[in-house]
Amino acid sequence: MREVAIVGAGMTRFGELWNQSLRQMFVEAAAGALNDAGADRVDSMYVGCMSGGQFTGQEHLGPLMADQFGMTGVASVHVESACASGGVALRQAFIEVAAGVSDLVLAVGIEKMTDGADVTNVLATAADQELEVYYGVTFPGLYAMIARAHMHTYGTTEEDLAWVSVKNHRHGAKNDKAQFPTEFTVEQVLSSSMVAEPLRLLHCSPVSDGAAAVLLCPLDQAKQYTDRPVKIVGSGLATGSLALADRDDPAFLDSVQKSGERAFKMAGVGPRDIQVAEVHDCFSIAEVCCIEALGFVERGKGGPAAKDGFTAIGGCIPVNTSGGLKAKGHPVGATGVAQAIEIFRQLRGEAGARQVENARLGLAQNMGGSGASSVVHIFQGV
Amino acid sequence: MPSPRYTREIPSRYRLEAGRCKGCGKVTYPARTICPSCRGEEIEKINLSPRGKVVTSTVIHVPPDDFLMEAPYAMAVVETPEGARLMTQVVDCEPSTVLPGLEVSLEFRLIRKEGKSGILCYGHKAVPVA
Repeated sequence: MREVAIVGAGMTRFGELWNQSLRQMFVEAAAGALNDAGADRVDSMYVGCMSGGQFTGQEHLGPLMADQFGMTGVASVHVESACASGGVALRQAFIEVAAGVSDLVLAVGIEKMTDGADVTNVLATAADQELEVYYGVTFPGLYAMIARAHMHTYGTTEEDLAWVSVKNHRHGAKNDKAQFPTEFTVEQVLSSSMVAEPLRLLHCSPVSDGAAAVLLCPLDQAKQYTDRPVKIVGSGLATGSLALADRDDPAFLDSVQKSGERAFKMAGVGPRDIQVAEVHDCFSIAEVCCIEALGFVERGKGGPAAKDGFTAIGGCIPVNTSGGLKAKGHPVGATGVAQAIEIFRQLRGEAGARQVENARLGLAQNMGGSGASSVVHIFQGV
Repeated sequence: MPSPRYTREIPSRYRLEAGRCKGCGKVTYPARTICPSCRGEEIEKINLSPRGKVVTSTVIHVPPDDFLMEAPYAMAVVETPEGARLMTQVVDCEPSTVLPGLEVSLEFRLIRKEGKSGILCYGHKAVPVA
């Protein structure tokens, strides 16, 4: 296997981008990544998108985006793993470069959620249609059940969960790409409208548009493109059951643990070696479960981590320095790649006001559905 | 939902048919061809007892369009005495009282109506045991 590096990154702002279509967002992010690296070609592209078909009526995104990017003819394919589509696109690009099949591969995540589709129903296609959605459950409802199980088993409180949102908005307020770069208080979170008990509006990530792209090449060619490449030293992908009812412990995300273990094993490091992490906080409880499953805290001890400052910038393991999905926005297919870009910026010392000092090893964890798929990457500054 | 698919799901929804692995005893609802615990392929059909206990729950305040008239409503993962777990609405009670540990019975009810073809879709809902 060849060593692989990220040499360029580009992304749109995340938010309600009424004036930009799916293809326009793709081109902005992809061109940004190539310009960042000073590259003028790619050998292959992976387009991570959860549901261009249902959000905008557009499928067959591989060739469409290659054409729109002025690269008709290159290998280009759409990959899907619900909200983990972006992270999976990155993994496919990593594998293709590592395997020696291609030298210059672009991984792009995109999603256009505000073009009028019924977002609740489209997102619910990532849950088990026959066994869950049929009976009236929603995605916030599934995470609410995970939250209630965590509270019941471990004593986690609504205030603990509110602190995840407060912390991530504090981080996101320093990110000019964020959809909601606004700080909130615990009281505001706890008095926001109820979505699915115990989760309120400000426990939930927003509906967003956006695109993010990274350019990968073999490490031994990286100096052609940048003085500061970032190595991908670990990649892990794992699956779990779609239906929450099929899990032994509804308060624990097995797929996140397995994907983390695989990435840590490949990288030859452990959770205590990581200095900065982006995890999939689609709902506040998700961050709590993810930091437990990744081993940053003990199982059951994730609740107070945000409140205690453990996961804040300046804490033991800063989590979601970008603002996370909560503040930065969550254009579902774009999220996994945007997480990688935050770690790329952190490891290059380019994260500005939200820079984590002396960050050498970073981690990004992206998941699909209520944890039915999870992909973890570990990055190292060079 | 297309009617062929609905027809296919009637055994589990109407009769609570589940499967028990003859190798390891794992119960799945609905029955599967391959056991998710041991990959065994000898699965016997069983009918679940129409009762159970809430494992975890929520109250949906922002529902999908098809359930707009019902919100807020309680939903729960319920475990039957056989060890099968299923997602159900919990009805005929104050939704906020549905919490882990609550004993419920499973009753045959109308779940939803399919818009264009007018199919009435049935299944089970949970009701707290008095």
